[in-house]
Amino acid sequence: MYILNRQQRHVVNYSWMLVSLLLVACLPFLLFSVLYFKSFLLLRNFGLGDLIFSHSWHPSKGEFGFYPFIVGSIWVTLLAILISTPICLLTAINVTQYAKKRFLRIMHPVIDILAGLPSVVYGVWGLLVIVPFISRYLGPWLGIRTMGYSILAGAFVLSIMIIPFILNIIIEIFRTIPMELKEAALSLGSTKWQMVKHVLLRKALPGIIAAVGFGLARAFGETMAVLMVVGNVVKVPTSVFDPGYTLPALIANNYGEVLSIPRYDSALMFAALLLLVVSLFFNLLMHFFIARYNKY
Amino acid sequence: MKRSLKIEETVFRVLMILSTAFILLILGVIMYSVFEKGMKAISWEMLTSIPSGGYYYGKGGGILNAITGSMALAFGATILAFVIGLPVALYINVFLHGKKKLVNFIRFILDLIWGIPSIVYGAFGFTLMVLIGLQTSLLAGIVTVTLFILPIMIRSMDEILRTVPTGLMEAAYSLGSNKSELAFKIFTRQSVSGIITAVLLSFGRAIGDAASVLFTAGYTDNLPNSLMEPVATLPLSIFFQLASPVPEVQARAYASALVLTVIILIVSLFSRGLGKRYHKTKINF
Repeated sequence: MYILNRQQRHVVNYSWMLVSLLLVACLPFLLFSVLYFKSFLLLRNFGLGDLIFSHSWHPSKGEFGFYPFIVGSIWVTLLAILISTPICLLTAINVTQYAKKRFLRIMHPVIDILAGLPSVVYGVWGLLVIVPFISRYLGPWLGIRTMGYSILAGAFVLSIMIIPFILNIIIEIFRTIPMELKEAALSLGSTKWQMVKHVLLRKALPGIIAAVGFGLARAFGETMAVLMVVGNVVKVPTSVFDPGYTLPALIANNYGEVLSIPRYDSALMFAALLLLVVSLFFNLLMHFFIARYNKY
Repeated sequence: MKRSLKIEETVFRVLMILSTAFILLILGVIMYSVFEKGMKAISWEMLTSIPSGGYYYGKGGGILNAITGSMALAFGATILAFVIGLPVALYINVFLHGKKKLVNFIRFILDLIWGIPSIVYGAFGFTLMVLIGLQTSLLAGIVTVTLFILPIMIRSMDEILRTVPTGLMEAAYSLGSNKSELAFKIFTRQSVSGIITAVLLSFGRAIGDAASVLFTAGYTDNLPNSLMEPVATLPLSIFFQLASPVPEVQARAYASALVLTVIILIVSLFSRGLGKRYHKTKINF
């Protein structure tokens, strides 16, 4: 029935597993070294500080200042986190502490679908709903002239995209809080809200911070949806209604021209390297944060 | 004191209900706007033909190239990721059973990889392609997307495999099975439902991601017919059609977005249904 005997099959399976594992484990180092190797050309010529803090972006003249993109990315990401964190936190408290069990069963598919929608679909939705909303209603209402394609539009679409991600983690964290703690608080005469405020939130705080951190890392690297609504103008934004440009959008928009301008490919790979480092750094930080906290 | 407490609780209750309603509403609005705009523009011709000359100026044709291209890419990547991912997940749970520190370290590495943005994979794949001298092609797209969905696949399988009871493992050992038999015959069978869910989840990610295929898979008006030629993908076709100034072409972008959304919804429905169905083959303790 089999070509190989049991022992041989075991060896084949075992080596297959080991090779796969090594491949996966080497992946982050491989990614880092390839991107570093490609951006080395740029780093050698300009130095890290110059690249990050220089304002002028003129690839054809050989000037590569990433400052506008970095600032754009940070604005969009932070704004998105500011919008989604309170919504996630309040919903998680509602769903796990107040609402009926049945309601959680409705919420789960909703979160799954939101998490599963491709970023291009979010982008289309942003173009159809958010951009016109900002240019026609929100902008005029606040007395600001805006095209709609703005940091705010990017941040809003992004915040919706990371809601399912953060919400899922926070719900999981609330589940791990021991029932006894909550019951103890209630039996001492605290109201439900006091219990939530002083026991649940305090106990879950490190987890909540970690969830937000993971969300931040995810938001920082999101490409297509933001690219479609953020405006893509190379300028340091001065208000949330200004158009901006993010690092991922920079890579996605310009890959086609890289081979015609010298050092351009190196510049885009440097942008990718920045994204990789930021993502790895935040994830590492949050993991150690959780690990440290879990000891107590 | 008592009253201010009451007011505070009421205020926060209202805020909670509002934010929950907000999430439900947003999903509703997204679905409504995609379906409403998409249904107007979608037609049978669009689903069954490739772009003809002048398609991007509003003439006839369809997005069959993108639909089949996305399918080929997502199937290829999912199969490749399964072939690499299942052994890794099994190895962690069978061969490294009991070595807690090492297993946690591997899970930690996987979580790190999961967090890397897909555009970085795209840039990485592009660099590799240039180094090897490969053109934008289906193959390059499959490899890049595989790297991108691998951590998702492995970690979701891992979450299921780690729930296999130790008793089952010991029973298999006591009957004389070796570790790889235990892995492929017992663990895999016990976790079929979870594995299917993991595969479908990865498939959904693979078909929806645009940033990683932007550089590597390229774009073409033809149907995919070779691993070495570029393929069109649905997310990119949406993106390119939206960039057109012609209203008809933009309307087609909405229709394409509808197609992609429906595919994603079907995949997630399937994963729920199949997951429940294969639950029966599981041995319960």
